[in-house]
Amino acid sequence: MDTILDALMLSNPNVRYVVFGSVLLGCAAAVVGAFTVLRKRSLVGDAVAHSVLPGVCGAFLVTQTKHPLALLIGAFISGWLSLVVIDFITRKTRVKEDSAIGIVLSVFFGAGILMLTAIQQTGSAAQSGLDKFLFGKAASMLLDDVMIFGGVAALLIAIVALFFKEFFLLSFDRDFARVIGLRVPLLDLLLSTMTVLAVVVGIQAVGVVLMAALLITPAAAARYWTERLGIMVVLAGLFGMMAGVTGAYISTAAPSMPTGPWIVVVTSVVFLLSVLFAPRRGVVAQAVRYKRNRTQITDENILKALYQMGESASEFTTVHSTEEIHGHRRMQLLTLQQGLARLRRQGYVEHHHRGWCLTSEGIERGKRVARLHRLWEVYLSRHLHLAPDHVHDSAESIEHILTPELEEQLASELNYPEVDPHNSPIPYRKKAKQKPETGTRNA
Amino acid sequence: MIIHVENPALEIHNLTVSYHRKPVLWDIDLTVPQGTLAGIIGPNGAGKSTLIKSVMGLLPADSGYAQMFGEPLDRVRRRVSYVPQRESVDWDFPASALDVALMGRYARLGLFRRPRAADREMAMDCLKKVGMDGFAARQISQLSGGQQQRVFLARALAQDADLYLMDEPFAGIDAATEAAVIQLLTEMKQAGKTVIVVHHDLQSAADYFDWIVLLNMRLVASGPTDQIFTQELLERAYGGRLNVLSQVGELLQKQQFPARERKG
Repeated sequence: MDTILDALMLSNPNVRYVVFGSVLLGCAAAVVGAFTVLRKRSLVGDAVAHSVLPGVCGAFLVTQTKHPLALLIGAFISGWLSLVVIDFITRKTRVKEDSAIGIVLSVFFGAGILMLTAIQQTGSAAQSGLDKFLFGKAASMLLDDVMIFGGVAALLIAIVALFFKEFFLLSFDRDFARVIGLRVPLLDLLLSTMTVLAVVVGIQAVGVVLMAALLITPAAAARYWTERLGIMVVLAGLFGMMAGVTGAYISTAAPSMPTGPWIVVVTSVVFLLSVLFAPRRGVVAQAVRYKRNRTQITDENILKALYQMGESASEFTTVHSTEEIHGHRRMQLLTLQQGLARLRRQGYVEHHHRGWCLTSEGIERGKRVARLHRLWEVYLSRHLHLAPDHVHDSAESIEHILTPELEEQLASELNYPEVDPHNSPIPYRKKAKQKPETGTRNA
Repeated sequence: MIIHVENPALEIHNLTVSYHRKPVLWDIDLTVPQGTLAGIIGPNGAGKSTLIKSVMGLLPADSGYAQMFGEPLDRVRRRVSYVPQRESVDWDFPASALDVALMGRYARLGLFRRPRAADREMAMDCLKKVGMDGFAARQISQLSGGQQQRVFLARALAQDADLYLMDEPFAGIDAATEAAVIQLLTEMKQAGKTVIVVHHDLQSAADYFDWIVLLNMRLVASGPTDQIFTQELLERAYGGRLNVLSQVGELLQKQQFPARERKG
């Protein structure tokens, strides 16, 4: 318990480094990752993350130390090499990019594991802890590590701020960027290098296997909340920082646990919440919209049924029993009952002794649905030349979505027809029934 | 019939372009005069888009070159604007219509500089010219196809160029947008700009353009509309591929043979 409190209070200077470092590199990886996601290079990012392992091991074999600068250089070289090889395979052979990514990822990662095993078997004292790079261990960061990795992370964030406009254009429209004379190959190189660097600084905290959680997931989550690139990048950075902080705390509080999986948990929860609850794009928002549409369709179908029953009796305020309505319009009985209750609350129908009747507002709305239905049928038969028995189904759904503006346009384009293709009269509002154009034409 | 002019806006000299070693354009040689509204016309697969992409340096040429105002593209980039096909980008991108129009100012801003108030004003003006000022803050995926096309046009206008190359600006847009766009292009021509448009609809071509380039893997004709729009030339452009030419192209691809021998 004391350790958690210590960590939270940042009283221990070592913990302070770890938290500070994790925040910076979480932020940098997510910010760079935003452009990786938008350029649809997520898989490449994951391949690079796995491919830095042989570089880390190679650097250790050459220098026999775990100095952060040596590891950084080693990781950078093999990360870069993986990009070059992917590019070479895609360009010079018939193998497609996704296969090339798969091949490079597994070959590099396999080589890395092989080297790691070999190092462990030599029993070299200094090697203890190299395997932390597999799943990450934020708490093992020392001041040196934080200075170097944090410095690189800060540099990456600064570069994104500096080249924001260019990266924006490059991610959206490459051809246009080339045509206005931007050095696209150089910018590509810069972004790829930044991806490699983001991976290299991130692996200390997350490890190579789960690096994608810090590179891809925060950006993918951020995309749900905004339609502006600047905000998306900042949000991704914040999500990355959250993941960094959580990882650092858990790593100091429970040193035996690898950090990477915890960071994955945090970013995945953020992602899941985004998918579910983001406004407009989120699953819940979509479900609400869907439900609202269903309700509207049910309500309008009931009103239309009541209106049509009134039409055949030439009396719109007759009381009809639920069974009668159900006989006229097939739907789930429960749906019908709920719909009637809702319409009553909203003032479109009244409940009388053993039955329902339309209010004057209900008559108007039912009339409008019947009108739209029939107008659409006329439109289909006149302009799409559909047979009268083919127009009903389309009208059943279109009647619910036409706006008043479109209704007006439709009616005037058809010159206010009197009847639909089945010879049912089209009920206009009192005002609209006088054909306004006729007057102008005569004048 | 190929009519050349002095002092052209665009000169294409002996241009051959291949996709995966299969030549899709053979020895194109033409000039387009300044201050015209020109259409590049031809059937599907004629290489119309390939031609302007190659002119803009987006596709390498096997042979030949293009010049604008008598200079290579690199020296006159500021005076040349390119409107890619609408489908060439992913519109589900976190950007607003104004963001896209502002991209037309990037070349003038140079590296590191942020768009200034004056650039925003200019971009808004361009959105207004295409009737999209009411949608400036709208996310681009929520625009209709015609509106997206207009945003692309606004971006081109914001470049304030002298020569505009547009790839199918009328594809998939409604009649009202098409009329508004052609009105705008005509005004640009009257202001002394040169506008070259890849166009697929033969019906409207004669009305829209005063210069026509007929293309079908090779140049069929290039000249003023009234001389080019003849039954005979149109039949030559649309009357099917040249059989031997197509077969030679496929043979080059199959044998991985270069379309031109290396120089030197």
